[in-house]
Amino acid sequence: MALRIASRRLALAQQCAPKMLRRGMATPASAIEHTKEPLSATSESLSASRPPIPESKTTTVKEPHFDPQAKTKTFHIYRWNPDEPTSKPKMQSYTLDLNKTGPMMLDALIRIKNEVDPTLTFRRSCREGICGSCAMNIDGVNTLACLCRIPTETTKESRIYPLPHTYVVKDLVPDLTQFYKQYKSIKPYLQRDTPPEDGRENRQSKADRRKLDGLYECILCACCSTSCPSYWWNSEEYLGPAVLLQSYRWIADSRDERTAERKDMFQNSMSLYRCHTILNCSRTCPKGLNPALAIAEIKKSMAVA
Amino acid sequence: MLSQRVAQQTLRRMAAQQPAHRFVAPAAVLRTSNAIAGQRRWAASHPVEKMSEGEAINKVLNQQRLRRPVSPHLAIYQPQITWYLSILHRITGSLLSGGFYVFGALYLIAPALGWHLESASLAAGFAAWPVILQFLSKFMVGWTFTFKTFQGVRHLIWDTASMITNPQVNKSGWFVVGASAVSALALCFL
Repeated sequence: MALRIASRRLALAQQCAPKMLRRGMATPASAIEHTKEPLSATSESLSASRPPIPESKTTTVKEPHFDPQAKTKTFHIYRWNPDEPTSKPKMQSYTLDLNKTGPMMLDALIRIKNEVDPTLTFRRSCREGICGSCAMNIDGVNTLACLCRIPTETTKESRIYPLPHTYVVKDLVPDLTQFYKQYKSIKPYLQRDTPPEDGRENRQSKADRRKLDGLYECILCACCSTSCPSYWWNSEEYLGPAVLLQSYRWIADSRDERTAERKDMFQNSMSLYRCHTILNCSRTCPKGLNPALAIAEIKKSMAVA
Repeated sequence: MLSQRVAQQTLRRMAAQQPAHRFVAPAAVLRTSNAIAGQRRWAASHPVEKMSEGEAINKVLNQQRLRRPVSPHLAIYQPQITWYLSILHRITGSLLSGGFYVFGALYLIAPALGWHLESASLAAGFAAWPVILQFLSKFMVGWTFTFKTFQGVRHLIWDTASMITNPQVNKSGWFVVGASAVSALALCFL
């Protein structure tokens, strides 16, 4: 079976190789090869997905203002500089006095950038969990740095990585081009053929409006998608929890008239059905939404109706 | 699945190598034509290929993209009951079905090769093992089966879009861990 598919792909590739390679790609074709099954360890080691140099082999940048009563906490932060493209990513350590730092992880990052190391790069904007810019992996969990408190135990060291299994643009900035392309592909807007009845507004009952609660609040920070192992290995074709939740937001909307078309898009083995109900997505959502439930609802409606 | 992916990767790598070489060539041409260091104009004028500003920006971006590392994933993500049970579910599934196929195939060819895989001779062989090994092997096989069964029930419930909030998932996950261990122990004493 696998051999047959492989040979068919080979034949296909010879006919229209460039087109196939461009399919739905954010990154150039030559970069695709890094999306891998965990089992193919050999190809993993040959790819750019190299593990960062551990913090034990890098220097520590110390808190600039010494204070005898300091509550010093160590932060290990993933660093990679595109201006030195051949150098390996590394874990850089910083110590901060928590008495002089705001309560949130984002405050710590901003303080490092302002007072210690201006080369540290990360995205941030609203600092209140509404823009989704500062999504990153903090202490092993994807979340928004602005909504994540710094654990006050100074004995525990914090580790900050970019969103898992994304291409790194610089330091904590991931390349989300593919994610946004996938979002665009589900047509995230109202699609109607008939004009509104009163000629002014598309009205909706209160009960129908209530169906959108827990869906419309999604800010597309990509925390859930990049927490999903299935999305790690198949981000080329699998849409991922965030985009599927957004799609369900339009499927569930009583005013939208392309529900069947939207569901038809998922009639293949990859787009939707690469969801294996792992449920990391709901567990990690910094806005407390439930992408897994939305996906389950889509699957159910596709099986039943 | 794996062989399919390997073939796919090889193809992509082959296709990927070509543009990389193309990027190298113009730089080499430039170096030989403008020999005097002082007169080099690095950006704007480029006699070999003319491109619009947008193309030039894209080219820089594409060249950078070729080098980008993939951020760490499996190794750094916090161990959570969600994805640990999921990977165990897949492993136990592979073990059960793989074991079934392997044993079935062996049983099929056993008469031709003169092996004895009948229940009676297997039971006799198993009885000769030390007790601790008997217990461990029974528990492992039993647990693979009970875990897969309980997980399967959980997945069937999820397919109806219920029991899928965070606390419920947590509870049912630990329930599966406990129930599969207890029932596997019970099976050991049969």
